[in-house]
Amino acid sequence: MIHKREAAEKIMYYLFTAIGCAAVLIVLLIMVFLFKEGLPIFKVVSVKDMIFGNFWYPTSDPADFGIFPLIMASVWVTLLSALLSVPLGVMTAIYLAEIASKRFAEFVKPTVELLAALPSVVIGFFGMVLVAPFLQETFDLPTGLNLFNASLMLAFMSIPTICSISEDAIHSVPLALKEASLALGATHFETIVRVIIPSSLSGICTAIILGMCRAIGETMVVLMVAGGAAMVPASIFNPVRPMPASIAAEMGEAPVGSDHYHALFAIGIVLFIFTLIFNVVADQITHRFRQTGEASL
Amino acid sequence: MNKMIQESRFRSSFRRRAVQAAAFWFFRLAALVNGLALCGIVYFVVKNGWRAISWTFLTQPPADSMTQGGILPCIIGTLALAIGAILVALPIGVASAIYLNEYARPGKLLRVIRLGISNLAGVPSVVFGLFGLAFFVVILKMGTSILAGSLTLAAMSLPVIIGATEEALKSVPDTYREASLGLGATKWQTVYRVVLPAALPGILTGTILSISRAAGETAPIMFTGAVFFSPQLPNSIFDEVMALPYHIYVLATAGTEIEKTRHLQYGTAIVLITLVLGMNLIAILYRSKLRRNR
Repeated sequence: MIHKREAAEKIMYYLFTAIGCAAVLIVLLIMVFLFKEGLPIFKVVSVKDMIFGNFWYPTSDPADFGIFPLIMASVWVTLLSALLSVPLGVMTAIYLAEIASKRFAEFVKPTVELLAALPSVVIGFFGMVLVAPFLQETFDLPTGLNLFNASLMLAFMSIPTICSISEDAIHSVPLALKEASLALGATHFETIVRVIIPSSLSGICTAIILGMCRAIGETMVVLMVAGGAAMVPASIFNPVRPMPASIAAEMGEAPVGSDHYHALFAIGIVLFIFTLIFNVVADQITHRFRQTGEASL
Repeated sequence: MNKMIQESRFRSSFRRRAVQAAAFWFFRLAALVNGLALCGIVYFVVKNGWRAISWTFLTQPPADSMTQGGILPCIIGTLALAIGAILVALPIGVASAIYLNEYARPGKLLRVIRLGISNLAGVPSVVFGLFGLAFFVVILKMGTSILAGSLTLAAMSLPVIIGATEEALKSVPDTYREASLGLGATKWQTVYRVVLPAALPGILTGTILSISRAAGETAPIMFTGAVFFSPQLPNSIFDEVMALPYHIYVLATAGTEIEKTRHLQYGTAIVLITLVLGMNLIAILYRSKLRRNR
């Protein structure tokens, strides 16, 4: 009887361990398939020519597979959206964690969560139908579907990520630090700026990186509102074609196994590497600069 | 002399308080922007689309090359994809979370698994689409189908479910576990009979949240499950389907009569928002009730 129970326990333990590895397995599978389908393109075009090539004409003959404009589009869209989402996200987090009354915070928090839940296609649709014509008229542009519009819409997608992770970081600042600062005569605002933000800085940085990670990988918004022109943007009102938009727009027409198909997977590799770097950096920050109570200041 | 110092002190403290008041208003404003964005988008869609909503719209297939008629196939397709995804992701996700919270000991394996989960959470949705296309559709020969789309969505929902379940498991007090183990129950019996039932409400909330998330995603199903138009309702999990988010995208960008189908686009967006935000709202309210009871 005892033996049977022990055996059952062992089986359960190994079963759960195996299933626990599922997430790792999926990440590995994703990598394997991206590389399997993406690497063959480098028989046609060199890595350097692909990454730094300025022309993306995958369907013309001979085809050009330069994705530099797509990479730059993604980078600019992400940076510009961070310019909006970082201050808004972090300030909302500080407001929720420090300033708002408990009751009011309970009302605002779900709003942020619902904003995160809004399907990206709806945000893209909103950008297309309302924001684009508005931008076009106000700034007298050839098209309202451009870098600026996409960044604006993306900002609202990354604010919830930035806000909720920052808020957790701010909440985990020990109360003793705050009390000490207030007792020394600092105002609440001075305490926030000089004590609470510095001691939760690693968490806030993680939040910002993960927010940017979300922005660079977001597909539907950039597909619908970025404009779709594969060129390095010269101004924030230029139409652009970020990497996810290119994959999503063209995969439907690319025959399985063609050069174009492999090229799109290669873009997927670049995109995956970008998000991998963001994640590893965020992970490093969390682990290396872990908040350890009073010692973290 | 003394008076002057006092006065300057008074002034500086007044200035400091004014700075604080001004800064706090800025913070308030930032928080307000979120609410405005959410309400603005929802209001805009509802204002322009409520007229499109009718019984016909919800229960009929599209007609006249998608310029008339309803969106029934899209609603059914989205539900099929989302439910399929949860059926696969829920058992795996809950079991993973049980491993992480109940069985795992700190060490290299745990660190690797955690890194894997956080990376999986960061993989762009369109890359999940590529993966689903290469693996499920092409290699496993599922074709563009509910099955392939659901599996792709399941891979994407996994980190959310793991996170929510872990949080629910963490909130079960250790005294429950100790009491059960102290009565002679094994670890598995403890998990199955004590910890899981106590964590169930939390797991349920997480599940609802991830269903709604899966229902709203477009990019992962674009090449794996959803199609432009399908003349009939799906009969089996190997059929391709229409889906609400993809339908909005198609009508808004690819149609030849984009302006003529505007009302359908708004209508579809209302249905999608109602579905997704409704489920989220239920989960949020349920969770806050749970927290209050604790």
